[in-house]
Amino acid sequence: MNTPAWLEPLMFYLFAGVALLSALGIVLCGNIVRSALCLLGTLGGVAGLYFLMFANLLAVIQLIVYAGGTLVLIIFGVMLTSKSPWVRFAARRGEIVASCAVVAALFVSLCKILTDVDWSAGATGSAQVVPVRDIGAVLLQDYLVPFEAASVLLLAVLIGAAYLARPQPAERTSAP
Amino acid sequence: MTAMVQDILGSQLGLSLCFIAVSILVILTAVAYCIYFERKIAAWTQDRYGPNRVGPLGLLQPVADGIKFILKEDFVPGRVDRVLFHVAPMVAFIVAMIGFVVLPFGGRIRWPWMEEGTELLLQGASIDIGLLYLLAVGSMAVYGVVLGGWSSNNKYAFYGAMRAAAQMLSYEIPMGLALLTVILATGALRLESIVDAQVAHAWNLLLHPVAFLMLLTTALAETNRAPFDLAEAEQELVGGYHTEYTSMKFALFYLGEYAHIITASGLLATVFLGGWEPVPFTRLLAGTTWGGWLHWIASSTSPLAGLVRLGVFGGKIAFFVFVFMWVRWSLPRFRFDQLMRLAWKGLVPVGMGMLAVQGWLLYRGTPVHWSAPVAEVLLLVIAGAVNVASGREITGRQASLLRAASVRGEVGGTPAR
Repeated sequence: MNTPAWLEPLMFYLFAGVALLSALGIVLCGNIVRSALCLLGTLGGVAGLYFLMFANLLAVIQLIVYAGGTLVLIIFGVMLTSKSPWVRFAARRGEIVASCAVVAALFVSLCKILTDVDWSAGATGSAQVVPVRDIGAVLLQDYLVPFEAASVLLLAVLIGAAYLARPQPAERTSAP
Repeated sequence: MTAMVQDILGSQLGLSLCFIAVSILVILTAVAYCIYFERKIAAWTQDRYGPNRVGPLGLLQPVADGIKFILKEDFVPGRVDRVLFHVAPMVAFIVAMIGFVVLPFGGRIRWPWMEEGTELLLQGASIDIGLLYLLAVGSMAVYGVVLGGWSSNNKYAFYGAMRAAAQMLSYEIPMGLALLTVILATGALRLESIVDAQVAHAWNLLLHPVAFLMLLTTALAETNRAPFDLAEAEQELVGGYHTEYTSMKFALFYLGEYAHIITASGLLATVFLGGWEPVPFTRLLAGTTWGGWLHWIASSTSPLAGLVRLGVFGGKIAFFVFVFMWVRWSLPRFRFDQLMRLAWKGLVPVGMGMLAVQGWLLYRGTPVHWSAPVAEVLLLVIAGAVNVASGREITGRQASLLRAASVRGEVGGTPAR
């Protein structure tokens, strides 16, 4: 019993459908928590596509970092709307125009990439799982400087956040 | 007919599908019986009988519970977020049920009709980053709690959800650090490879005792179990995130919690207790009669040995599930600031120290089998000494919050907000 040939296209359309429908949901939901949940669906669908392409590490990192990070987004959303939980977001006219312009530019460039690529070559064999060890070696040898720069940036963000979240020192709270 | 069955069972995909189907049934039953055993263990701890009316020894109690849950009115309070209110229990349950597929349940087997040298894995899926998959899926579990608490339109449920979110974010870090220590020492993210490494050397419980304690603690927190069940602290929050839930939706939250416990127990058994190996050091026992039998269980590819290994692994999971319940009925709940301090000022520094020491040992090339446990215990002793020398109470309020409170004239009261 081998993997049936229809399974991979089926899974592709399933995950792609989930990703696209939830992407629509992000834009169309007026409620911020529902939008964030739809974002979770998109990220999960893309992670499923990664799994399908044997990019296991990327898929799991997608789930841990992005889908896990959505939790924080939900909390921010809830806290920002905590005064009235039933507030709905309506876009202003200018915002709609601006976002339409950005989307049109993105769409045109994606179409250009789609038509420029030579698709006649077809898929070259089945995808291979890249060992995590190799990815780690590449990150810590060939791309060490950008990797470390990103980690320094994250450290700075961490320290800044901790500083902002500190309770006020006693001297300053006693002042009027 | 026989040929078809042999064909299906003889391929990894067919065997994995059958295995997943069977294990879903087994886990669903086990989850229902977890509730029975939780009540029995609570009763033993408190010197009571526990459920003993429905069936012999009360063994049919889960059936009665299930019928009761289905027959109860499925009530949806007014002004809730209807979609999310219905989705949240599903999320909690589904996420809890997809983690176990990567657990290495039974090792390698070979059916008698298969060619010599071919082997199949007795588990759902073997992916090269199984440990990360478990971490990722485990961290998704909090979404059910957060969405349920938020959509209920109830301030207690909402508090429970926010507590669960903060707790999950905090305890994921020490959990990752404890697992990273083992990953560094084993050099593998594939769960079968971690088990194989333990069969070839020694159980990680003996090599990394402190990492084991840390993973056990964080697993309790990740599954929202006492003493870390602040999301549903009855005394403060009525029922926490599931206050507004009734009927089968409430039951789904409970079943999801127990499914999560089973997966977490499987993770603990796999990473630290040698997975399906019956006792440690079976490779050294091959010469003796009983030892030879144990060695056969651990190393043979016969389906019978695979079945015994399944039993051994199930037994270890059952042991950890018992430990989870034992802890719940023995320890009081943490206060929220204590919970946060345990994670950020206790577990995270010790975990980082452990990781650094492990990396240094590997760099030096010191034999890990004696240096790792010595270093970890030493680290724990140093951390305890530093804590004692600092003279601060472990259970006290946070000093900076107390100062701020005293300035505002709230001395001795609740921490400033």
